Amino acid sequence: MQAFTQHTGIIAPLDRPNVDTDAIIPKQFLKSIKRSGFGPNAFDDWRYLDAGGPEIENEGRRVNPDFILNQPPYDKATILLARENFGCGSSREHAVWALDDFGFRAVVAPSFADIFYNNSFKNGLLPIVLDADVIDDLFKRVSENNGLELSIDLEAQTVSCQGEKIATFEIDDFRKHCMLNGLDDIALTLQHADEITVFEEKRKQTAPWLF
Amino acid sequence: MNKTKTLYDKLWLDHVVRSEADGTALLYIDRHLVHEVTSPQAFEGLRIAGRRPWRASSIVAVPDHNVPTTDRSSGIQDPVARLQVETLDSNCKEFSLTEFDMADERQGIVHVIGPEQGATLPGMTVVCGDSHTSTHGAFGALAFGIGTSEVEHVLATQCLMQNKSLNMLVSVDGDAPSGVTAKDIVLAVIGEIGTAGGTGYAIEFGGAAIRALSIEGRMTVCNMAIEAGARAGMVAVDETTIEYVKGRPYSPTGETLEKAIAYWSTLHSDEGAHFDKVVHLDAADIKPQVTWGTSPEMVVDIDSVVPNPDDETDKVKADGMRKALAYMGLEAGTPINEIAVDKVFIGSCTNSRIEDLRDAARIAEGKQVAGNIKLAMVVAGSGLVKKQAEAEGLDKIFIKAGFEWREPGCSMCLAMNADRLEPGERCASTSNRNFEGRQGQGGRTHLVSPAMAAAAAIEGHFANANDLV
Ligand code: SF4
Repeated sequence: MQAFTQHTGIIAPLDRPNVDTDAIIPKQFLKSIKRSGFGPNAFDDWRYLDAGGPEIENEGRRVNPDFILNQPPYDKATILLARENFGCGSSREHAVWALDDFGFRAVVAPSFADIFYNNSFKNGLLPIVLDADVIDDLFKRVSENNGLELSIDLEAQTVSCQGEKIATFEIDDFRKHCMLNGLDDIALTLQHADEITVFEEKRKQTAPWLF
Repeated sequence: MNKTKTLYDKLWLDHVVRSEADGTALLYIDRHLVHEVTSPQAFEGLRIAGRRPWRASSIVAVPDHNVPTTDRSSGIQDPVARLQVETLDSNCKEFSLTEFDMADERQGIVHVIGPEQGATLPGMTVVCGDSHTSTHGAFGALAFGIGTSEVEHVLATQCLMQNKSLNMLVSVDGDAPSGVTAKDIVLAVIGEIGTAGGTGYAIEFGGAAIRALSIEGRMTVCNMAIEAGARAGMVAVDETTIEYVKGRPYSPTGETLEKAIAYWSTLHSDEGAHFDKVVHLDAADIKPQVTWGTSPEMVVDIDSVVPNPDDETDKVKADGMRKALAYMGLEAGTPINEIAVDKVFIGSCTNSRIEDLRDAARIAEGKQVAGNIKLAMVVAGSGLVKKQAEAEGLDKIFIKAGFEWREPGCSMCLAMNADRLEPGERCASTSNRNFEGRQGQGGRTHLVSPAMAAAAAIEGHFANANDLV
């Protein structure tokens, strides 16, 4: 996994609540058995005016000029600014893979759906929860300042904008540690393989019907 | 200190292998359900790392999202979908996992077949790379959806790193009026607490109206806990649970069953246990529900009208309502029962069990699908549900009324196969998500109960199913 320490990049404003994972990557792309290549189809229904699919070349499709990520400089954005309950709906990790493949390193929102939030950490995409009024303020700043950049410091748990620190954010220690170091959490868990075995043996005694 | 525990607390504590200083815990997973869409990359990861599944016997696999619901004798036509299903078959073979493949009569939607086989039991931790895993909480199990990296993690370690959620009790008190089903109850709950209302919580559904539900009904309610933002929904174990579980292929028998029942009977929240949030609904106030927008919380009674964004004071919400109305092609103030539909879908892990099909058949019996309906389809949740329905003659009722009777799978719930809406088409659907494009690009979904979907098919527009019996 790609480590995340500090990052500065352009913020793309996606001003709607409840952006679901069906919208982030529509179902027809889930037929893939790979975990890469989803970026060109991130937000596919919003991004293009005609239908897309795994067997359709994106080149030659009609691009929706009104969609924010089609408008420079947002096509180069690396930080997504969103509203509440971002990533709700289906558990598809493909949504995170698509955002990552598009070039996003972080999503900033007042709240995230649980599964999406978890999935993000497994892929080096940092979900940052900020107060609704800080988010409001960011939307305002972006609307007044095309191509505005945000700086994120994971170690310090801060976000800065226009040279000023605007907020700190919460993250639990374990996730932070894995993210800063780009750690594979399966290997970490397997360090406790003996404990798992002991637990399992005990469980075979107390709940034999499960084995 | 308060020693009383909620059901969720008990399930959690019983599965903690170790805890970290920051409260993160390593949880042991008893049952891992696997389907074709979210598993290929996990198996691939396992292979690349040279690992094998920790406990192959904990896994039950089934293809459901991509399978055709029409004649299967010639296999899957779509080459991309076919490859995905074949990949599941070959992964299961390589790692010696139990799979109910497309030709197996036990094949069906993963959340229908788990309980049907007794592969979901009270007190278990159940995970699946699918958000509607919350369904299995109906058995007093801790069940939640996970992403593909977590699927790989469970395959490799039989465990997951988790943070404990907060406890929420949703108590639906009193008796539900006749014609008000589990689906109406859960839609009313989501309408009340909102789609993010349960975020960060595990929801226990309780109260007389929930206790009165069959296991099928409880599954419908827990299924949509995720639509209320909660990763897990659950119902305490009682006689109904134990009766349902007994005698299924994966269930214990004899002495082990007695031992299991003794334990299962402890799976309820203690008197006075602390909940971080409690929501009460009076079942008597609930009417048949219909969603009008693009989020399950955008829901009203069948007797209501499409709401007006101008009446909403929260600006972000009002904007969301306007976008939804534009997408849905609806005008504020339109009576719900005047909205005509083009297609009707009865199926999905929310409402495709035998009881759901009986409910819908009761409405459709002896009547005809309206002339404006382009397609009305019934997709049983599993091969065994389909067989049972056929034994009861339900298939004949549907076919005679003009419905199509299909092979089991996810079908038009998410339209990964050929079953889908065309742009602008309006659907009465018993599934769980009315998101933009969910049932096909530009498609317009209204979530309803099976009886209400059947009523819409017969009338050609939304109607109170109660008026049709
Ligand atoms: S029926 Fe629908 S919601 Fe249920 S598992 Fe299948 S696609 Fe998901």
